[in-house]
Amino acid sequence: MRHRQAIALLALIGFFIALYLWLYKIGAIGELKCGTGACEAVQTSRWAVWFGVPVAFYGVVGYAALFLVALVGVQPAFAMRRAPTLLLTALASGGLLFTLYLTYLEVFVIHAICRWCVGSAVVITVIWVVSMIGLKTWGEGSGEWFDAGVGSSPP
Amino acid sequence: MKPFYALLGVVVVVGGGWLVWASRTTPAPAPAASRPVPAAADGFRGYTLGSEAAPVEVVEYADFQCPHCGEFAVLQLPTIREQLIATGKVRWRLRDFPLGGFPWSRVSALAAQCAGEQGKFWPMADTLFLTQSEWGRSSRNPSGFFRDLARGLGLDRDKYDACVASQRYAGRIEASYQEGIALGVQGTPTFFVNGRLKTDNNASSDRFKQVVDSVIAAQHKR
Repeated sequence: MRHRQAIALLALIGFFIALYLWLYKIGAIGELKCGTGACEAVQTSRWAVWFGVPVAFYGVVGYAALFLVALVGVQPAFAMRRAPTLLLTALASGGLLFTLYLTYLEVFVIHAICRWCVGSAVVITVIWVVSMIGLKTWGEGSGEWFDAGVGSSPP
Repeated sequence: MKPFYALLGVVVVVGGGWLVWASRTTPAPAPAASRPVPAAADGFRGYTLGSEAAPVEVVEYADFQCPHCGEFAVLQLPTIREQLIATGKVRWRLRDFPLGGFPWSRVSALAAQCAGEQGKFWPMADTLFLTQSEWGRSSRNPSGFFRDLARGLGLDRDKYDACVASQRYAGRIEASYQEGIALGVQGTPTFFVNGRLKTDNNASSDRFKQVVDSVIAAQHKR
């Protein structure tokens, strides 16, 4: 239960980061607050669009999916089900792989680092770690059921 | 569970507030302009039009987003090209002087420099001035628009993208700007005719013809 709550919270943070970058990309926000990073170089590069869709939008959708699954997972009706944990792990793994690819592009191809992208990379990495811990914890049958307030061990 | 939903609420309020604030903020100078960029020491002196043997050199310090520069480029420069540059009297040199008040000055200067890398500086410069009203007043980052212009001019897209993404000529633009400051440039367009500062806000092709003819006449008298 705790790991789903943590993922929901982190996914919501990641959602706002991705939404910010996407709004910039579609012109709703005129300038990125980037500090010492090179957000402009990254966001205006050819790799900022994937199959005709801004990369940030994939982040918006991905984080929204993680948030919704985690939120559903903390509801009493789903607290005892393993499916949300599996789905969260799958989504987090996909997000992490995509993020690794984007980070590779930033470092080795574009040669510029976007601070917001780094923030998103940290968020998805932590989500993945938490999801793996949740998966492992579930397998060992510790905590999940009691956290959910069910008060019994899984079969 | 209550602290959990309270935390979610805090994130929503902070995140939503940040987005609203960011979207309402007047576009500040583009990041490239707001960060100190080391001036390039490549000795680049600006792209030129006209004969190297021309008796008069006009150096123009311009900003692609500056409306006066746009008006001059569209209304006056074609005549100057025809009457003074094509006839071998004048060599025209364009230098970047990105003003701090426009958000896309350096972005557009970079687009022109990256086009120049592929031998298309002047076509890109002309197009940027010609389309200034389409991108200059927008709060939307025009990089995508410039990319389309580059493609329309037949530039190699990958090379152009790599050039822009790496900000390859940001230092060169900064060097030009610093040089302009050192020479006393305060606004755009500012012209130097054979090294002499000429800040005429109503610069016209007729006025340039008078000045150039007088300079050439003075050279002949010596």
